[in-house]
Amino acid sequence: MSDAKGLSRQQMCDRLAMEFEDGWVVNLGIGIPTLCSNYDFGDKQIIFHAENGVIGYGPLTGAGKEDLHLVNAGGQHVTLNPGAAIVHHADSFGLIRSGRIDVTVLGAYEVAENGDFANWKMAGQKGGGIGGAMDLAACAKHVFVAMEQVTRNGRPRLVERCAIPVTAKGVVNLVITNYGLFEITPDGMALREIAPGVSVDEVKAATGCNLLIPSEVPPVKSRS
Amino acid sequence: MPKSKVFASFADAVSDIPDGSVIGFGGFAVVGMPINLYKALAEQGAKRITCVSNGTRGGSTMPSDAPTMEWLIGNDQVSKVICSFTAPTRASQKLVFSEYYEKGLIQAELVPQGTLAERLRAAGAGIPAFYTPAAVGTELAEGRETRVFNGREYLLEEALPLDYAFIRAWQADSFGNLRFRRSQRNFNPLMAMAAKVTVVEVEEDILPSGAIDPDDVHLPGIYVQRMVKVPPPPEGWWPQRPGELAKQEGERSAR
Repeated sequence: MSDAKGLSRQQMCDRLAMEFEDGWVVNLGIGIPTLCSNYDFGDKQIIFHAENGVIGYGPLTGAGKEDLHLVNAGGQHVTLNPGAAIVHHADSFGLIRSGRIDVTVLGAYEVAENGDFANWKMAGQKGGGIGGAMDLAACAKHVFVAMEQVTRNGRPRLVERCAIPVTAKGVVNLVITNYGLFEITPDGMALREIAPGVSVDEVKAATGCNLLIPSEVPPVKSRS
Repeated sequence: MPKSKVFASFADAVSDIPDGSVIGFGGFAVVGMPINLYKALAEQGAKRITCVSNGTRGGSTMPSDAPTMEWLIGNDQVSKVICSFTAPTRASQKLVFSEYYEKGLIQAELVPQGTLAERLRAAGAGIPAFYTPAAVGTELAEGRETRVFNGREYLLEEALPLDYAFIRAWQADSFGNLRFRRSQRNFNPLMAMAAKVTVVEVEEDILPSGAIDPDDVHLPGIYVQRMVKVPPPPEGWWPQRPGELAKQEGERSAR
Protein backbone atom coordinates (compact mmCIF):
# COMPACT_ATOMS: atom_id res chain seq x y z
CA MET A 1 0.00 0.00 0.00
CA SER A 2 1.30 3.44 -0.91
CA ASP A 3 0.14 5.18 2.24
CA ALA A 4 -0.91 3.40 5.41
CA LYS A 5 -2.65 6.50 6.82
CA GLY A 6 -6.37 6.45 7.48
CA LEU A 7 -8.78 3.71 6.48
CA SER A 8 -7.87 0.15 5.54
CA ARG A 9 -9.12 -1.10 2.20
CA GLN A 10 -11.81 -3.13 3.95
CA GLN A 11 -12.95 -0.07 5.93
CA MET A 12 -13.09 1.91 2.68
CA CYS A 13 -15.30 -0.71 1.07
CA ASP A 14 -17.45 -1.10 4.18
CA ARG A 15 -18.26 2.61 3.99
CA LEU A 16 -19.40 2.36 0.38
CA ALA A 17 -21.33 -0.84 1.10
CA MET A 18 -23.38 1.07 3.72
CA GLU A 19 -24.78 3.12 0.83
CA PHE A 20 -26.22 0.07 -0.94
CA GLU A 21 -29.99 -0.05 -0.60
CA ASP A 22 -32.21 -3.06 -0.06
CA GLY A 23 -32.77 -4.90 -3.35
CA TRP A 24 -29.98 -3.18 -5.25
CA VAL A 25 -28.16 -5.00 -8.01
CA VAL A 26 -24.47 -4.32 -7.41
CA ASN A 27 -21.49 -4.84 -9.71
CA LEU A 28 -18.03 -4.80 -8.12
CA GLY A 29 -14.92 -4.12 -10.16
CA ILE A 30 -11.76 -6.13 -9.68
CA GLY A 31 -9.23 -5.09 -7.04
CA ILE A 32 -10.23 -3.08 -3.95
CA PRO A 33 -14.00 -2.99 -4.77
CA THR A 34 -14.40 -6.77 -4.40
CA LEU A 35 -14.05 -6.23 -0.62
CA CYS A 36 -17.53 -4.62 -0.59
CA SER A 37 -19.03 -8.11 -0.67
CA ASN A 38 -17.50 -8.87 2.77
CA TYR A 39 -19.75 -6.29 4.43
CA ASP A 40 -22.56 -7.65 6.62
CA PHE A 41 -25.70 -6.33 4.95
CA GLY A 42 -27.99 -7.63 7.70
CA ASP A 43 -31.59 -7.78 6.48
CA LYS A 44 -30.85 -5.99 3.20
CA GLN A 45 -30.98 -8.16 0.10
CA ILE A 46 -28.09 -7.23 -2.17
CA ILE A 47 -27.77 -8.98 -5.54
CA PHE A 48 -24.20 -9.17 -6.78
CA HIS A 49 -23.82 -9.25 -10.55
CA ALA A 50 -20.55 -10.24 -12.23
CA GLU A 51 -19.86 -9.19 -15.81
CA ASN A 52 -19.30 -12.81 -16.85
CA GLY A 53 -23.03 -13.37 -16.47
CA VAL A 54 -23.46 -14.46 -12.86
CA ILE A 55 -26.44 -12.80 -11.18
CA GLY A 56 -26.61 -13.44 -7.43
CA TYR A 57 -23.21 -14.75 -6.43
CA GLY A 58 -22.29 -15.18 -2.78
CA PRO A 59 -19.12 -15.37 -0.67
CA LEU A 60 -15.82 -16.75 -1.92
CA THR A 61 -15.46 -20.53 -1.62
CA GLY A 62 -13.18 -22.09 0.94
CA ALA A 63 -9.86 -23.55 -0.21
CA GLY A 64 -10.34 -26.94 -1.83
CA LYS A 65 -14.07 -26.33 -2.32
CA GLU A 66 -13.81 -24.27 -5.50
CA ASP A 67 -16.28 -25.00 -8.29
CA LEU A 68 -13.97 -24.85 -11.30
CA HIS A 69 -16.83 -23.68 -13.52
CA LEU A 70 -17.70 -20.66 -11.38
CA VAL A 71 -15.81 -17.40 -10.96
CA ASN A 72 -16.63 -13.73 -10.44
CA ALA A 73 -15.31 -10.90 -12.63
CA GLY A 74 -11.93 -11.05 -10.89
CA GLY A 75 -11.56 -14.79 -11.57
CA GLN A 76 -12.14 -15.60 -7.89
CA HIS A 77 -14.09 -18.76 -7.13
CA VAL A 78 -17.41 -17.80 -5.58
CA THR A 79 -20.59 -19.48 -4.40
CA LEU A 80 -24.13 -18.92 -5.65
CA ASN A 81 -26.85 -17.52 -3.43
CA PRO A 82 -30.36 -19.03 -3.58
CA GLY A 83 -32.14 -17.49 -6.57
CA ALA A 84 -28.97 -17.03 -8.62
CA ALA A 85 -29.13 -17.15 -12.41
CA ILE A 86 -26.53 -17.24 -15.16
CA VAL A 87 -26.58 -15.67 -18.61
CA HIS A 88 -24.06 -15.30 -21.44
CA HIS A 89 -21.87 -12.25 -21.92
CA ALA A 90 -24.15 -10.37 -24.33
CA ASP A 91 -27.11 -10.67 -21.95
CA SER A 92 -24.89 -9.78 -19.02
CA PHE A 93 -23.93 -6.50 -20.71
CA GLY A 94 -27.45 -6.08 -22.01
CA LEU A 95 -28.64 -5.80 -18.45
CA ILE A 96 -25.80 -3.38 -17.69
CA ARG A 97 -26.57 -1.10 -20.65
CA SER A 98 -30.32 -1.15 -20.02
CA GLY A 99 -29.83 0.28 -16.54
CA ARG A 100 -30.43 -2.79 -14.33
CA ILE A 101 -27.27 -2.14 -12.29
CA ASP A 102 -28.04 0.13 -9.34
CA VAL A 103 -24.41 0.73 -8.49
CA THR A 104 -21.01 -0.24 -9.78
CA VAL A 105 -17.96 0.15 -7.56
CA LEU A 106 -14.77 0.55 -9.56
CA GLY A 107 -11.11 1.18 -8.90
CA ALA A 108 -9.45 4.20 -10.52
CA TYR A 109 -6.14 5.92 -11.19
CA GLU A 110 -7.71 9.38 -11.17
CA VAL A 111 -11.09 10.98 -10.45
CA ALA A 112 -11.73 14.57 -11.55
CA GLU A 113 -13.88 17.13 -9.75
CA ASN A 114 -16.39 17.04 -12.64
CA GLY A 115 -17.01 13.29 -12.23
CA ASP A 116 -14.72 12.11 -15.03
CA PHE A 117 -12.52 9.18 -14.06
CA ALA A 118 -9.72 7.13 -15.53
CA ASN A 119 -9.00 3.47 -14.80
CA TRP A 120 -7.99 1.65 -17.99
CA LYS A 121 -4.69 3.04 -19.14
CA MET A 122 -1.73 4.37 -17.19
CA ALA A 123 0.34 7.30 -18.49
CA GLY A 124 2.58 6.19 -21.34
CA GLN A 125 1.17 2.67 -21.42
CA LYS A 126 0.68 0.94 -24.76
CA GLY A 127 -2.57 -0.98 -24.79
CA GLY A 128 -4.92 -1.00 -21.86
CA GLY A 129 -7.30 -2.98 -19.72
CA ILE A 130 -10.87 -1.84 -20.17
CA GLY A 131 -12.74 -5.01 -19.33
CA GLY A 132 -16.32 -4.06 -18.53
CA ALA A 133 -15.51 -0.68 -16.97
CA MET A 134 -16.64 1.55 -19.86
CA ASP A 135 -20.00 -0.20 -20.19
CA LEU A 136 -20.56 -0.16 -16.42
CA ALA A 137 -19.46 3.45 -15.95
CA ALA A 138 -21.65 4.69 -18.79
CA CYS A 139 -24.76 2.81 -17.74
CA ALA A 140 -24.95 2.02 -14.01
CA LYS A 141 -27.37 4.21 -12.03
CA HIS A 142 -24.61 5.09 -9.55
CA VAL A 143 -20.85 4.95 -9.99
CA PHE A 144 -18.74 4.71 -6.83
CA VAL A 145 -14.94 4.66 -6.82
CA ALA A 146 -12.66 3.06 -4.24
CA MET A 147 -8.98 4.00 -4.46
CA GLU A 148 -6.00 5.22 -2.45
CA GLN A 149 -5.80 9.00 -1.87
CA VAL A 150 -2.39 9.29 -3.58
CA THR A 151 -0.26 7.26 -5.98
CA ARG A 152 2.81 5.30 -4.95
CA ASN A 153 4.81 8.45 -5.72
CA GLY A 154 2.58 10.62 -3.56
CA ARG A 155 0.69 12.30 -6.40
CA PRO A 156 -2.99 13.06 -5.68
CA ARG A 157 -5.54 10.89 -7.48
CA LEU A 158 -8.34 13.43 -6.96
CA VAL A 159 -7.66 16.02 -9.66
CA GLU A 160 -9.12 19.01 -11.52
CA ARG A 161 -9.05 17.20 -14.87
CA CYS A 162 -7.86 13.67 -15.68
CA ALA A 163 -4.41 13.70 -17.27
CA ILE A 164 -4.75 10.14 -18.59
CA PRO A 165 -7.45 8.79 -20.92
CA VAL A 166 -10.86 8.69 -19.24
CA THR A 167 -13.15 5.68 -18.83
CA ALA A 168 -16.30 7.81 -18.85
CA LYS A 169 -17.17 11.47 -18.39
CA GLY A 170 -19.13 13.02 -15.55
CA VAL A 171 -20.39 9.75 -14.07
CA VAL A 172 -18.81 9.39 -10.61
CA ASN A 173 -21.05 10.05 -7.61
CA LEU A 174 -19.01 8.99 -4.58
CA VAL A 175 -15.33 8.33 -3.95
CA ILE A 176 -13.87 6.60 -0.92
CA THR A 177 -10.14 6.81 -0.25
CA ASN A 178 -8.08 5.97 2.79
CA TYR A 179 -8.42 9.71 3.69
CA GLY A 180 -12.17 10.07 3.50
CA LEU A 181 -15.46 10.06 1.61
CA PHE A 182 -15.91 12.52 -1.26
CA GLU A 183 -19.04 13.39 -3.23
CA ILE A 184 -19.13 14.84 -6.73
CA THR A 185 -21.74 17.61 -6.62
CA PRO A 186 -22.89 20.09 -9.29
CA ASP A 187 -20.64 22.65 -7.54
CA GLY A 188 -17.55 20.44 -7.43
CA MET A 189 -15.98 17.86 -5.19
CA ALA A 190 -17.08 17.85 -1.56
CA LEU A 191 -15.36 16.26 1.43
CA ARG A 192 -18.22 14.52 3.24
CA GLU A 193 -16.46 12.45 5.90
CA ILE A 194 -12.87 12.22 7.08
CA ALA A 195 -10.85 9.18 8.17
CA PRO A 196 -9.77 8.93 11.81
CA GLY A 197 -6.24 10.23 12.31
CA VAL A 198 -6.32 12.40 9.19
CA SER A 199 -6.65 16.20 9.37
CA VAL A 200 -8.50 18.41 6.92
CA ASP A 201 -5.19 20.06 6.03
CA GLU A 202 -3.70 16.67 5.20
CA VAL A 203 -6.67 15.89 2.95
CA LYS A 204 -6.25 19.23 1.17
CA ALA A 205 -2.51 18.68 0.73
CA ALA A 206 -3.14 15.25 -0.78
CA THR A 207 -5.87 16.45 -3.17
CA GLY A 208 -5.22 17.94 -6.61
CA CYS A 209 -8.42 19.96 -6.93
CA ASN A 210 -10.50 22.43 -4.99
CA LEU A 211 -12.58 20.82 -2.24
CA LEU A 212 -15.86 21.98 -0.78
CA ILE A 213 -15.31 21.53 2.95
CA PRO A 214 -18.00 22.16 5.59
CA SER A 215 -16.98 23.84 8.85
CA GLU A 216 -17.37 20.53 10.67
CA VAL A 217 -16.35 17.36 8.79
CA PRO A 218 -17.80 14.26 10.47
CA PRO A 219 -15.67 11.12 10.81
CA VAL A 220 -16.17 8.32 8.29
CA LYS A 221 -19.16 6.31 9.45
CA SER A 222 -18.11 2.91 10.68
CA ARG A 223 -20.09 -0.35 10.85
CA SER A 224 -23.04 0.22 13.08
CA MET B 1 -26.54 -39.87 -43.09
CA PRO B 2 -24.69 -36.59 -42.47
CA LYS B 3 -21.00 -36.61 -41.66
CA SER B 4 -20.26 -36.99 -37.96
CA LYS B 5 -19.39 -33.80 -36.10
CA VAL B 6 -17.28 -35.77 -33.64
CA PHE B 7 -13.57 -35.65 -34.43
CA ALA B 8 -11.05 -38.13 -33.01
CA SER B 9 -8.46 -35.53 -32.04
CA PHE B 10 -7.90 -31.82 -31.68
CA ALA B 11 -5.26 -32.04 -34.42
CA ASP B 12 -7.90 -33.44 -36.84
CA ALA B 13 -10.41 -30.76 -35.86
CA VAL B 14 -8.04 -27.87 -36.71
CA SER B 15 -5.97 -29.42 -39.53
CA ASP B 16 -7.50 -27.28 -42.32
CA ILE B 17 -7.52 -23.86 -40.60
CA PRO B 18 -5.98 -21.55 -43.23
CA ASP B 19 -3.51 -18.71 -42.75
CA GLY B 20 -5.22 -15.34 -42.26
CA SER B 21 -8.27 -16.73 -40.42
CA VAL B 22 -10.27 -14.65 -37.94
CA ILE B 23 -10.74 -16.90 -34.92
CA GLY B 24 -12.80 -16.20 -31.80
CA PHE B 25 -11.82 -17.92 -28.56
CA GLY B 26 -14.42 -18.26 -25.78
CA GLY B 27 -13.71 -18.24 -22.08
CA PHE B 28 -13.40 -15.79 -19.20
CA ALA B 29 -10.76 -16.05 -16.46
CA VAL B 30 -9.92 -19.67 -17.41
CA VAL B 31 -13.54 -20.88 -17.19
CA GLY B 32 -14.71 -22.08 -20.60
CA MET B 33 -11.38 -21.36 -22.29
CA PRO B 34 -10.60 -23.74 -25.19
CA ILE B 35 -7.19 -24.67 -23.74
CA ASN B 36 -6.78 -27.81 -25.85
CA LEU B 37 -7.68 -26.01 -29.07
CA TYR B 38 -5.05 -23.34 -28.36
CA LYS B 39 -2.49 -26.15 -28.14
CA ALA B 40 -3.73 -27.84 -31.31
CA LEU B 41 -3.61 -24.58 -33.27
CA ALA B 42 -0.10 -23.82 -31.97
CA GLU B 43 0.97 -27.24 -33.29
CA GLN B 44 -0.95 -26.84 -36.55
CA GLY B 45 0.91 -23.58 -37.22
CA ALA B 46 -1.57 -21.40 -39.17
CA LYS B 47 -0.15 -17.87 -39.62
CA ARG B 48 -1.47 -14.28 -39.74
CA ILE B 49 -4.38 -15.14 -37.46
CA THR B 50 -6.66 -12.48 -35.98
CA CYS B 51 -7.56 -13.57 -32.45
CA VAL B 52 -10.81 -12.36 -30.87
CA SER B 53 -11.12 -12.97 -27.15
CA ASN B 54 -11.72 -11.18 -23.86
CA GLY B 55 -7.99 -11.10 -23.11
CA THR B 56 -4.70 -12.45 -24.41
CA ARG B 57 -4.08 -14.92 -21.61
CA GLY B 58 -6.42 -16.56 -19.15
CA GLY B 59 -6.24 -15.90 -15.47
CA SER B 60 -4.42 -16.78 -12.32
CA THR B 61 -5.85 -20.29 -11.98
CA MET B 62 -4.32 -21.31 -15.30
CA PRO B 63 -1.13 -23.36 -14.90
CA SER B 64 1.80 -21.22 -16.06
CA ASP B 65 2.67 -23.77 -18.76
CA ALA B 66 -0.92 -24.19 -20.02
CA PRO B 67 -1.59 -23.40 -23.68
CA THR B 68 -3.20 -19.99 -24.21
CA MET B 69 -3.24 -17.30 -26.89
CA GLU B 70 0.26 -16.48 -25.63
CA TRP B 71 1.53 -19.69 -27.29
CA LEU B 72 0.15 -18.59 -30.66
CA ILE B 73 1.65 -15.10 -30.28
CA GLY B 74 5.03 -16.50 -29.23
CA ASN B 75 4.94 -18.77 -32.30
CA ASP B 76 4.56 -15.71 -34.57
CA GLN B 77 1.13 -16.99 -35.65
CA VAL B 78 -0.90 -13.90 -34.71
CA SER B 79 -1.04 -10.62 -36.64
CA LYS B 80 -3.84 -8.95 -34.67
CA VAL B 81 -5.85 -9.29 -31.48
CA ILE B 82 -9.29 -7.85 -30.73
CA CYS B 83 -9.74 -7.89 -26.93
CA SER B 84 -11.04 -5.95 -23.92
CA PHE B 85 -7.63 -6.31 -22.24
CA THR B 86 -4.43 -5.53 -24.17
CA ALA B 87 -2.33 -4.86 -21.08
CA PRO B 88 -1.62 -6.96 -17.99
CA THR B 89 -4.26 -6.71 -15.24
CA ARG B 90 -1.50 -6.71 -12.60
CA ALA B 91 1.84 -4.89 -12.79
CA SER B 92 3.62 -8.14 -11.91
CA GLN B 93 2.07 -9.99 -14.87
CA LYS B 94 4.33 -10.43 -17.89
CA LEU B 95 2.61 -11.06 -21.21
CA VAL B 96 4.18 -12.38 -24.40
CA PHE B 97 1.60 -10.18 -26.09
CA SER B 98 3.05 -7.01 -24.50
CA GLU B 99 6.56 -7.83 -25.79
CA TYR B 100 5.24 -8.21 -29.34
CA TYR B 101 3.00 -5.16 -29.08
CA GLU B 102 5.76 -2.90 -27.81
CA LYS B 103 7.99 -4.00 -30.69
CA GLY B 104 5.19 -3.34 -33.20
CA LEU B 105 5.02 -7.00 -34.24
CA ILE B 106 1.30 -7.32 -33.59
CA GLN B 107 -1.76 -5.09 -33.99
CA ALA B 108 -4.34 -4.68 -31.28
CA GLU B 109 -7.90 -3.40 -31.23
CA LEU B 110 -9.05 -2.60 -27.72
CA VAL B 111 -12.81 -2.92 -27.24
CA PRO B 112 -15.00 -2.47 -24.14
CA GLN B 113 -16.12 -5.90 -22.98
CA GLY B 114 -19.84 -5.31 -23.49
CA THR B 115 -19.19 -3.89 -26.94
CA LEU B 116 -17.11 -6.96 -27.82
CA ALA B 117 -19.93 -9.27 -26.70
CA GLU B 118 -22.54 -7.26 -28.60
CA ARG B 119 -20.43 -7.06 -31.78
CA LEU B 120 -20.28 -10.85 -31.74
CA ARG B 121 -23.98 -11.16 -30.94
CA ALA B 122 -24.78 -8.77 -33.80
CA ALA B 123 -22.70 -10.84 -36.23
CA GLY B 124 -24.61 -13.93 -35.14
CA ALA B 125 -27.94 -12.15 -35.39
CA GLY B 126 -27.65 -10.60 -38.85
CA ILE B 127 -27.25 -7.05 -37.51
CA PRO B 128 -24.46 -5.11 -39.28
CA ALA B 129 -24.01 -2.40 -36.65
CA PHE B 130 -25.52 -0.88 -33.52
CA TYR B 131 -25.19 2.13 -31.24
CA THR B 132 -23.94 1.86 -27.65
CA PRO B 133 -23.32 4.39 -24.87
CA ALA B 134 -20.08 2.64 -23.84
CA ALA B 135 -16.85 4.52 -24.66
CA VAL B 136 -18.64 7.77 -25.62
CA GLY B 137 -16.37 10.70 -24.71
CA THR B 138 -13.26 8.52 -24.49
CA GLU B 139 -10.15 8.13 -26.62
CA LEU B 140 -11.76 5.06 -28.26
CA ALA B 141 -14.53 7.21 -29.74
CA GLU B 142 -12.24 9.85 -31.30
CA GLY B 143 -13.05 10.46 -34.97
CA ARG B 144 -15.87 7.93 -34.98
CA GLU B 145 -19.56 8.22 -35.77
CA THR B 146 -21.87 9.02 -32.90
CA ARG B 147 -25.56 9.82 -32.88
CA VAL B 148 -27.93 11.29 -30.35
CA PHE B 149 -31.06 9.32 -29.45
CA ASN B 150 -33.48 10.71 -26.85
CA GLY B 151 -30.94 13.32 -25.84
CA ARG B 152 -28.09 10.90 -25.21
CA GLU B 153 -24.99 10.31 -27.35
CA TYR B 154 -24.21 6.81 -28.63
CA LEU B 155 -21.25 5.36 -30.52
CA LEU B 156 -21.66 3.32 -33.71
CA GLU B 157 -20.12 -0.14 -33.49
CA GLU B 158 -19.97 -2.76 -36.24
CA ALA B 159 -20.66 -6.48 -36.06
CA LEU B 160 -17.63 -8.75 -35.68
CA PRO B 161 -18.03 -11.86 -37.83
CA LEU B 162 -15.60 -14.75 -37.35
CA ASP B 163 -14.28 -17.45 -39.65
CA TYR B 164 -13.92 -19.90 -36.77
CA ALA B 165 -15.00 -20.10 -33.14
CA PHE B 166 -12.98 -22.22 -30.72
CA ILE B 167 -15.03 -22.88 -27.60
CA ARG B 168 -15.34 -25.19 -24.60
CA ALA B 169 -18.58 -26.72 -23.33
CA TRP B 170 -19.66 -29.01 -20.53
CA GLN B 171 -22.12 -31.34 -22.30
CA ALA B 172 -22.86 -32.07 -25.94
CA ASP B 173 -24.92 -34.48 -27.96
CA SER B 174 -23.79 -35.85 -31.32
CA PHE B 175 -25.88 -33.23 -33.15
CA GLY B 176 -23.79 -30.52 -31.47
CA ASN B 177 -26.39 -29.24 -29.03
CA LEU B 178 -24.41 -27.78 -26.14
CA ARG B 179 -24.78 -27.04 -22.47
CA PHE B 180 -22.40 -24.93 -20.43
CA ARG B 181 -21.99 -25.13 -16.67
CA ARG B 182 -22.08 -22.10 -14.33
CA SER B 183 -19.98 -19.19 -15.59
CA GLN B 184 -18.58 -21.32 -18.43
CA ARG B 185 -21.16 -19.89 -20.82
CA ASN B 186 -19.63 -16.37 -20.97
CA PHE B 187 -18.50 -15.61 -24.56
CA ASN B 188 -18.77 -19.21 -25.81
CA PRO B 189 -22.24 -19.24 -27.45
CA LEU B 190 -21.63 -15.74 -28.88
CA MET B 191 -18.38 -16.79 -30.55
CA ALA B 192 -20.16 -19.79 -32.06
CA MET B 193 -23.07 -17.75 -33.39
CA ALA B 194 -20.68 -15.21 -34.98
CA ALA B 195 -18.61 -17.90 -36.73
CA LYS B 196 -18.86 -19.83 -39.98
CA VAL B 197 -17.33 -22.91 -38.34
CA THR B 198 -17.41 -23.72 -34.63
CA VAL B 199 -15.02 -26.19 -33.05
CA VAL B 200 -15.89 -27.34 -29.52
CA GLU B 201 -13.85 -29.07 -26.84
CA VAL B 202 -16.35 -31.01 -24.75
CA GLU B 203 -15.75 -31.94 -21.12
CA GLU B 204 -18.18 -34.85 -20.71
CA ASP B 205 -18.62 -37.86 -22.99
CA ILE B 206 -20.54 -36.81 -26.10
CA LEU B 207 -24.12 -37.99 -25.71
CA PRO B 208 -26.37 -39.58 -28.35
CA SER B 209 -28.47 -37.09 -30.34
CA GLY B 210 -31.60 -36.21 -28.37
CA ALA B 211 -30.11 -36.97 -24.95
CA ILE B 212 -30.30 -33.29 -24.02
CA ASP B 213 -33.85 -32.05 -23.59
CA PRO B 214 -34.55 -29.36 -26.23
CA ASP B 215 -35.59 -26.94 -23.47
CA ASP B 216 -32.19 -27.33 -21.82
CA VAL B 217 -30.00 -26.63 -24.86
CA HIS B 218 -27.89 -23.47 -24.42
CA LEU B 219 -26.48 -23.47 -27.96
CA PRO B 220 -28.32 -25.33 -30.75
CA GLY B 221 -26.26 -27.80 -32.75
CA ILE B 222 -26.83 -25.95 -36.02
CA TYR B 223 -24.08 -23.57 -34.87
CA VAL B 224 -21.63 -26.40 -34.18
CA GLN B 225 -19.59 -28.21 -36.85
CA ARG B 226 -16.80 -30.02 -34.99
CA MET B 227 -16.44 -31.51 -31.52
CA VAL B 228 -13.69 -33.30 -29.64
CA LYS B 229 -13.99 -34.87 -26.19
CA VAL B 230 -11.27 -33.54 -23.84
CA PRO B 231 -9.16 -36.52 -22.73
CA PRO B 232 -8.25 -36.86 -19.04
CA PRO B 233 -5.00 -35.18 -17.92
CA PRO B 234 -2.15 -35.17 -18.72
CA GLU B 235 -3.19 -35.64 -22.36
CA GLY B 236 -6.04 -33.15 -22.07
CA TRP B 237 -5.87 -29.75 -20.37
CA TRP B 238 -8.28 -29.02 -17.51
CA PRO B 239 -8.51 -26.03 -15.13
CA GLN B 240 -7.12 -26.71 -11.65
CA ARG B 241 -8.08 -25.71 -8.13
CA PRO B 242 -5.84 -22.83 -6.98
CA GLY B 243 -4.41 -24.93 -4.12
CA GLU B 244 -3.55 -27.85 -6.39
CA LEU B 245 -2.10 -25.45 -8.90
CA ALA B 246 0.18 -23.81 -6.31
CA LYS B 247 1.35 -27.29 -5.27
CA GLN B 248 2.05 -28.31 -8.88
CA GLU B 249 3.87 -25.07 -9.63
CA GLY B 250 5.97 -25.61 -6.48
CA GLU B 251 6.87 -29.14 -7.58
CA ARG B 252 7.70 -27.87 -11.04
CA SER B 253 10.04 -25.15 -9.77
CA ALA B 254 11.66 -27.64 -7.34
CA ARG B 255 12.57 -29.94 -10.24
